[in-house]
Amino acid sequence: MRRSKLLYVPFWATYVFLYLPILVLVVMSFNSGDSAYTYEGFSLKWYGELAGDERIRTGVVNTLVVAAGSTVIATVLGTLLAVGLARYTRSKTLDALALMPAVLPDLVLAIGLLVFYSAIQLTLGLYSVTLAHALFSMAFVAAVVRTRLTGADTSLEEASRDLGAGPVVTFMKVTLPQLTPGIVAGALLAFTLSLDEFVIAFFTIGNAEPTLPIVIYSMVRFGVTPKINALAAILLLVSFTAVIAGQRMTRIGESRAQD
Amino acid sequence: MKSEAKARPAPRVRGRRLGAFVFLSPGLTYLVVLLLVPLGLVLSYTVFQRGRFGGVVYEFTTENFTRLIDPLYLGVVGNSLRIAALTTLIALLIGYPTAYLIAQLPSRWKTLALVAVVLPFWTNFIIRVYAWIMLLSGPGLVNSALGKLGLGPYELLYHEGTIVTGLLYSYLPLMVLPLYSAIERLDPQLREASANLGASAFTTFRKVTLPLSVPGVLTGCLFVFVPSFGNFVIPEMLGGSKSTMVGNLIRDQFLKARDWPFGSTLALALIAVLVALLIVQAWAARRA
Repeated sequence: MRRSKLLYVPFWATYVFLYLPILVLVVMSFNSGDSAYTYEGFSLKWYGELAGDERIRTGVVNTLVVAAGSTVIATVLGTLLAVGLARYTRSKTLDALALMPAVLPDLVLAIGLLVFYSAIQLTLGLYSVTLAHALFSMAFVAAVVRTRLTGADTSLEEASRDLGAGPVVTFMKVTLPQLTPGIVAGALLAFTLSLDEFVIAFFTIGNAEPTLPIVIYSMVRFGVTPKINALAAILLLVSFTAVIAGQRMTRIGESRAQD
Repeated sequence: MKSEAKARPAPRVRGRRLGAFVFLSPGLTYLVVLLLVPLGLVLSYTVFQRGRFGGVVYEFTTENFTRLIDPLYLGVVGNSLRIAALTTLIALLIGYPTAYLIAQLPSRWKTLALVAVVLPFWTNFIIRVYAWIMLLSGPGLVNSALGKLGLGPYELLYHEGTIVTGLLYSYLPLMVLPLYSAIERLDPQLREASANLGASAFTTFRKVTLPLSVPGVLTGCLFVFVPSFGNFVIPEMLGGSKSTMVGNLIRDQFLKARDWPFGSTLALALIAVLVALLIVQAWAARRA
């Protein structure tokens, strides 16, 4: 197949476009000067400043609390929901309902939850953000687990049921072990989504101590400083590692499931 | 035998009911309480009046809808449509060739190229927007590069183009992925046949590859358009203080003006546009 060399222009343009801003961001985080615009020399001082910033430390802890809590809720509910939808109903409406939190714009979910929390007079805080994050994460977990269920062989489950096991025993002993790679992938997805989520957290946090994305948002509004760059560089490293580790894990999980 | 066969299904049916209850009810309860009830509340607020200090007064009014068709607000909706459409179009124009080339790479490079497209998407959204503030602001990198050429400095932030750049940067991966999977799935023999029959590379692309990848194009366009249209963070951070998009308006009604009924009406308009779009997309996908 002959390919026009011209095609390589948008191809490379895409990668330059995607990575140039990240590269500049990281380089400037090592700036010894006080500006995020002009590079004066190498230094790690902004990383030191970062470690000493109380607001950022609290933000990191809060983000991890919300991500962990919402991932647990979303993984349990999402897995059950996926099994229920794949095995116990043919309703297209329920299918669509389960996907809705993943499809609706985050802004719509955010105002819905804000209105609801205020209607039941719930004081906003980390737990209201956790419940909100679990809502959309559950949809993603259910979708990921679901894809493993639809392709899966049901004969083992049927055999288990024919031998007299009830739905719960069949689930625990037969379905669940087969689903583990999907559940792990779904949980990782839920965790990562929650770590980075801004819009819904912004609406449902109230006056409580914010999560990290909200801390970054308010820092950025006060101006550009290499401290944000240092934070950005660390976050980039964390998410790149997580994505690559996640990919490895699902690949190992899949090859194990095939054995 | 027959009576035995008849007697057996009973526990299975009971098992099915139990199973349906055990597996479906927790998730569905969560969805009803935290999704359907909130959306119902938002929907009902569109016909009520605002309270003096925020909140809602439960007296019927159509005022929110009359306000919605005010040219001022319709203009903002139109603005959002234009910005989102422009973003989608540019994403398609650079995303398609990228996806097309990735699909033809040897499989080792293919995975790497795909991961490289998705990777920035997994980093913090606010940070990605911040990177552009840094690049484009007055003393930023772009202006100092232009300065070396004897140009500028220009005010590169706070334009519609800046918003489009930010949206494109955030959502381009969502265009490339569905395009890639649509193109990758095509049988290479089809293209070979077309080439063997004397079609040029461009004709083959136009008559074979492109029509067969239309479902991927539609999905990609939807994936980019939806988050762009309802965005408020990017227009706020890169577009300045003006309420240029519906998202900004909604955010302001809820968090600043505290006019929840009108905010809800704007959100309903946002959903209506997206639903209309989904219907068009489904119709086009069926024809493709």
